[in-house]
Amino acid sequence: MAKIILRRLLQLIPTLFVVVAFTFIATRLIPGDPVAAMVGDQYDVSKVEEMRASLGLDDPIIVQFWNYLVSICQGDFGTSYYFNQPAIDMIAQRLPNTLLISVIALIIAVIFGVVFGVVSARKQNSIVDYVLTVLSLFGVSAPVFWVGIMLVLLFSVTLGWLPSYGMGSIEKDGLIGFISHLVLPCFCLAIIPMGTFTRITRSSMIETLGSDSVRAMRARGVSEASITWKHALKNALPPIITVIAIQFAGCFAGAVLTENVFAWPGMGTMITSAIDNRDYSLIQATVLVVAIAFVVINLITDLLYMVINPKVAAEAKKGANNV
Amino acid sequence: MANEVNGQEANAGSAANPESEVLLDVKNLKTYFHLASGIARAVDGVSFTLSRGETLGVVGESGSGKSMMAKSLIRLFEANARIEEGSIKFQGRDVLSFGKKELRDYRGRDIGMIFQDPMTSLDPVFKVGQQMTENLRIHRNMSKAEAREVAIAALRSVNIPNPEARFNSYPFELSGGMCQRVIIAMALCCNAKVILADEPTTALDVTVQAQVLHLLKELQRTNDIGLMIITHNLGVVWDVCDRAMVMYAGKVVEAADVKSLYAKPMHPYTWGLLDSMPSLSSERKADLSTIPGTPPDLRLTGKACNFANRCPYAQDICSKEVPELVEVEPGHLVACHRQTLDTHLERAKGGK
Repeated sequence: MAKIILRRLLQLIPTLFVVVAFTFIATRLIPGDPVAAMVGDQYDVSKVEEMRASLGLDDPIIVQFWNYLVSICQGDFGTSYYFNQPAIDMIAQRLPNTLLISVIALIIAVIFGVVFGVVSARKQNSIVDYVLTVLSLFGVSAPVFWVGIMLVLLFSVTLGWLPSYGMGSIEKDGLIGFISHLVLPCFCLAIIPMGTFTRITRSSMIETLGSDSVRAMRARGVSEASITWKHALKNALPPIITVIAIQFAGCFAGAVLTENVFAWPGMGTMITSAIDNRDYSLIQATVLVVAIAFVVINLITDLLYMVINPKVAAEAKKGANNV
Repeated sequence: MANEVNGQEANAGSAANPESEVLLDVKNLKTYFHLASGIARAVDGVSFTLSRGETLGVVGESGSGKSMMAKSLIRLFEANARIEEGSIKFQGRDVLSFGKKELRDYRGRDIGMIFQDPMTSLDPVFKVGQQMTENLRIHRNMSKAEAREVAIAALRSVNIPNPEARFNSYPFELSGGMCQRVIIAMALCCNAKVILADEPTTALDVTVQAQVLHLLKELQRTNDIGLMIITHNLGVVWDVCDRAMVMYAGKVVEAADVKSLYAKPMHPYTWGLLDSMPSLSSERKADLSTIPGTPPDLRLTGKACNFANRCPYAQDICSKEVPELVEVEPGHLVACHRQTLDTHLERAKGGK
């Protein structure tokens, strides 16, 4: 197992290099200039030149890239031009907030999505199946920002049950206040993954429930509950886990929209303001952290496959020994 | 639907030994598929009995309804199939009236089913032992530790080497023959009284086929169970069966004890099957003979002799009336217009 993990970690290096290169180029392609954004409308040309030089922005692109790579390897992710703070500190402040709503949203989505999917598959082509299918298709296709605004309109404006924006703190608002601030952003963020999980669980379960091994289990008198929730679901898991991993990563992306709708102080609101300010270092550092999260989640997913499917574990072991 | 009962009253073979206990008593079983294009008569009036200690072979080509018949016996089939008529009695109990719970107890505990492909008959993501103990806990209310012991003993009884280690194996770590042994062990350790084996050796290596077949036969003798082997291979029938039924298009066309079927097959379809067996002895250069044509569309059967269009001996009556299954000789039943108590047909030489 350790061997497999090590091998996979080494494989991450080229992936991350490509990510670094792409974000570097992409940020340089955003029209506008960071120094201009910083100094505002009335500026002194000589001062701007001085600032550009001090930030290293007047070097050739390739030199800038090289310097950037070297500093990353030294653990320095750059300094925000705009806030004049190390980017990594800013991320460390915001990341837990984003993780909080992403993880809660994902847990809600997994529980409801998988249960809905299994029920849908068991009751294939019944009215229950049709209702769940329509709901999940709505969940997949409804735009996040629209759903967010509608939720605010209903629960905050009309009913006045829940706060419409911001994050509560346990000291100031108490536990209830803290949770009430979480409800809308988490639910909003959970809608897309929930719909996706319902769809994929349904199709994967229909396939496994129709398999020969399920038929053989029925012939052996195994109960339908055991066949559905134990045997068929475990067989149906690999595609579901793949999608969970993709959606978890997607939650980070979805958080950009959700956090802006609910003014949630996470990475999503941070990266939008960083782009507005042409804050190259902060953009790059944020994207890099998100990319690392992506690849780590993928690695965990692959390891989970081995836990679920013993055959994958056996093959991976063989592969690791052959290297 | 209750039109021609044509001779299905006559059981396709009575028990070889009248004293032994009848386990399965099937009468006039009809299982139909309800398709968008019509009703397909997959099993169309089959009657037979299976007794303790007896081996019954069911022979026929693909689509003759033999698998469907076996699945009907445990009421496990596709959603668009239904048992339309007839009765299935297991030790006197009416299988068709079973509720969900009774049906689950009946499957596995009373009747064990062995499917064609052993590799897909086990759950691939659970260990062999976990699957065996789950069944034991369902059917025999055992504790985990008891179930483990019984399961390992059962694995040993089907000649699996190192059963303790295999207990902790996943199905993909076992060969096909090994998996089939595990499935046989599963049926045995739940004390199944009847085993339905649907082409149990078809998916296995030739070298393993005979081993598995003889294992089944041996276990059947020692445990005194009723064994039904479904096959398209007459060689298997000669090898291990006591009685045999030949099925064609959902109907039994010939049934007899194996000795008389071997000595004197009577139905032209059985002759065709025999002629189609490749011979290893003489005349290697001779072409493999086949039965011309294809089995009939099951949506159109039941109005005449189903075999008439492929039968070299067919006469006018064959395409007009359904032949009844009659006992032409003691214990030997045939459904053919040209093989009755009054008329006899001679098998043409050279196959056709």
